[in-house]
Amino acid sequence: MAKRSAPEVNAGSMADIAFLLLIFFLVTTTIETDSGISRKLPPEQEENQPPPPVIKERNLFTVIVNSNDELLVEDKVMELKDLRAAAVAFLDNGAEDCSYCQGAKDPSSSVNPTKAIISLVNNRGTSYKRYIAVQNELVAAYNELRDRVATSQYGESFTSLEARYNDPRTTQENKDKLKPKIEAIQELYPEKLSEAEPKKS
Amino acid sequence: MSKFNKKKSGDLPAISTASLPDIVFMLLFFFMVATTMRETTLMVKNNLPTANQVEKLDKKDLIMYIYAGEPVDRYQGTYGTSAKIQLNDKFADVGEIQDFIYQERASKREELVPFLTTALKVDGDSKMGLISDIKQELRKANALKINYVTKSGDAVKMN
Repeated sequence: MAKRSAPEVNAGSMADIAFLLLIFFLVTTTIETDSGISRKLPPEQEENQPPPPVIKERNLFTVIVNSNDELLVEDKVMELKDLRAAAVAFLDNGAEDCSYCQGAKDPSSSVNPTKAIISLVNNRGTSYKRYIAVQNELVAAYNELRDRVATSQYGESFTSLEARYNDPRTTQENKDKLKPKIEAIQELYPEKLSEAEPKKS
Repeated sequence: MSKFNKKKSGDLPAISTASLPDIVFMLLFFFMVATTMRETTLMVKNNLPTANQVEKLDKKDLIMYIYAGEPVDRYQGTYGTSAKIQLNDKFADVGEIQDFIYQERASKREELVPFLTTALKVDGDSKMGLISDIKQELRKANALKINYVTKSGDAVKMN
């Protein structure tokens, strides 16, 4: 008669399977990283500073957000969704010596993207959500113009150039090639975004 | 008749341990799926605003986190409902931010200090007054690189 007791299962290879899985997860896990809008604060103002240079009104694009989260752009009430287009129109106006601008060349708007300044004034009652949305739209306006000029010059958008530059997998050699391109674009459309201290009322 | 009472030895058969690894795996998988990495316990509401023109924050060791928002329900009895700042694991006053920055700087290697970034994780419903107070303190502490941490998404639609 054949033996009826069940044969012992060999569990020796379980360890191998466990290691295999462990190594797989070790290699593939990425810890979630935060992302956000990076800004640089102006340094603390020293006393006895020379007065700031006078900026022509035409080169200044004022955005005011009040405590009810309403926008006043260049003394006109505006919806948030129109802000990006308005900022692009202002920055890209290029009334004087700007070969790469495609704007309307309106004599009452900005002279040149390198001179154009966006001024953002908040109220202490403005919600953070709205503030971030406004910042986002203004950054988007800059990125849109930079993308356009980068695509026409290098055949690659500015955001993609920057992403490749910041990617840790990019070799140093490639980074050295990307850097002058990024700097050239940033020079064509410098990000000049000034923030005033929020008003009390 | 001896055919029917073959095995009558009294000791119990050994329990197979082959399924123990399965149990361990089950636990391992449960924790692997359920784990989220977080250094500090949030004591404030933190519903971040949305934006799409974002940059990634790499190098976790070079980031100082400042949280702000309304205290969560559990702490509202003690601390009220007005927006507060949280540094590390406790509520803080605006004036404590400078000390916090100096402490963080002291804990890092000297050559890394210029690369430190302050990440602001602020609830979307907070008022700009609080944020500008934080920013003024950061300016005083000369911590000028900041990042407003956001969720990714369309900023216009979410308003």
